[in-house]
Amino acid sequence: MLAKRIIPCLDIRDGKTVKGIRFENVVDVGDPVELGARYAVDGADELVYLDITATHEGRKLFADLVERIAAHLNIPFTVGGGIRDVGDAGVLLSAGADKVSVNSSAVRDPGLIDRIAGEFGTQFLVVAIDARNEKGGWTVYVNGGRIPTEKELFSWAREAQERGAGEILFTSMNHDGTKNGFACDALRELSSALTIPVIASGGAGEMQHFLEVFRDGHADAALAASIFHYNEIPVPVLKEYLRKNNITVR
Amino acid sequence: MNVAIIKYNAGNIRSVDFALRRLGVTARITDDFDVIRKADKVIFPGVGEAATTMKYLKEKAMDTLIASLEQPVLGICLGMQLMCRWSEENDTPCIGIFDEPVTRFPPGLKVPHMGWNNLHRVRGQLFEGDLQGAYVYFVHSYYVPVCEYTLAETQYMVPFSAAIRKGNFYATQFHPEKSGDPGQRILSNFLNV
Repeated sequence: MLAKRIIPCLDIRDGKTVKGIRFENVVDVGDPVELGARYAVDGADELVYLDITATHEGRKLFADLVERIAAHLNIPFTVGGGIRDVGDAGVLLSAGADKVSVNSSAVRDPGLIDRIAGEFGTQFLVVAIDARNEKGGWTVYVNGGRIPTEKELFSWAREAQERGAGEILFTSMNHDGTKNGFACDALRELSSALTIPVIASGGAGEMQHFLEVFRDGHADAALAASIFHYNEIPVPVLKEYLRKNNITVR
Repeated sequence: MNVAIIKYNAGNIRSVDFALRRLGVTARITDDFDVIRKADKVIFPGVGEAATTMKYLKEKAMDTLIASLEQPVLGICLGMQLMCRWSEENDTPCIGIFDEPVTRFPPGLKVPHMGWNNLHRVRGQLFEGDLQGAYVYFVHSYYVPVCEYTLAETQYMVPFSAAIRKGNFYATQFHPEKSGDPGQRILSNFLNV
């Protein structure tokens, strides 16, 4: 049976791992390759590396880093951050990335999804969406959750799917950094509205939250950062817990 | 050992190369026909879209090259699908080593079938070493049905071929290069056939 995936997410700045708390106040939590290798041994199903570097030099460091990650990891990994055209995606594919994720750049230029999927296949493309629930609706934000847009979560996710997204990575800004659990209601709605897999992000604090996001939120995968980086919930312990609660995990 | 990885317009070529290096093998990533013909083992990797990729392979006459190879060849993911007769993905005639169609998963569960799933009814040298039930990594929307060539099955709405073999041609729908320890074992088994 297809297993539910546990995905540690590593934010990278200038080639090092950082984790944004509520998208701000970044703290250094270790070497990305070393962390990734540790997660692979621990049973993480996949990794996501997000480049939050703004500078040209930092982006070059990131491409070099992707190559080192690919050389060491024997599990899949997605890279994202700053991918604005097919060429950017191609550089990362050549460096050894299994998938790329696009976020703000796809909101500004939705045709980017068609172009990347057309060139490399839908399986290569994750569309990440940051959204905040406000006044009863889910508003899509760009620039790391700093700028609201006219787009609404569910219609944008459907459009991304139609254009060629292989997966949707949904981060609830209301839940991110709170450690109070995932946005299970919105996730369930999103999952039933889409035919592609949904990765849940934002809010993981306890093992029970992962059970809820799979059982109640119908997520195909769950992503988290700080609870893994600080070893608050070791991946093997989490998987054993999920197994005991009848969730299929590897 | 002399291993060639076929270089073409798409594909997760680096990942396969890195996985072989972890097994102590340095492969040649090449589109040079002579180098490919003379290799002890050939790997035909793939991530991408069937029609675009077949068009490229045909333009370079790589489709006939692949079909004519006599040493062990391993197709991976899209590579496996292109080695079949036809793909429903944009109605694409393929290389035709395996006389089987490649069809899209029916509506029901999420497509692509993405993530870790088990191998069942494994047989043959490719799966030596306690790989019954092992989890391997899949990313695909189209599949090869269970057929006379099937070496391993996986269940996702329907049972499908996780791996096939015909003579010197081997192929896996999953990505052994991304499938942790079981994947490394399967690649190593291929290098030893």
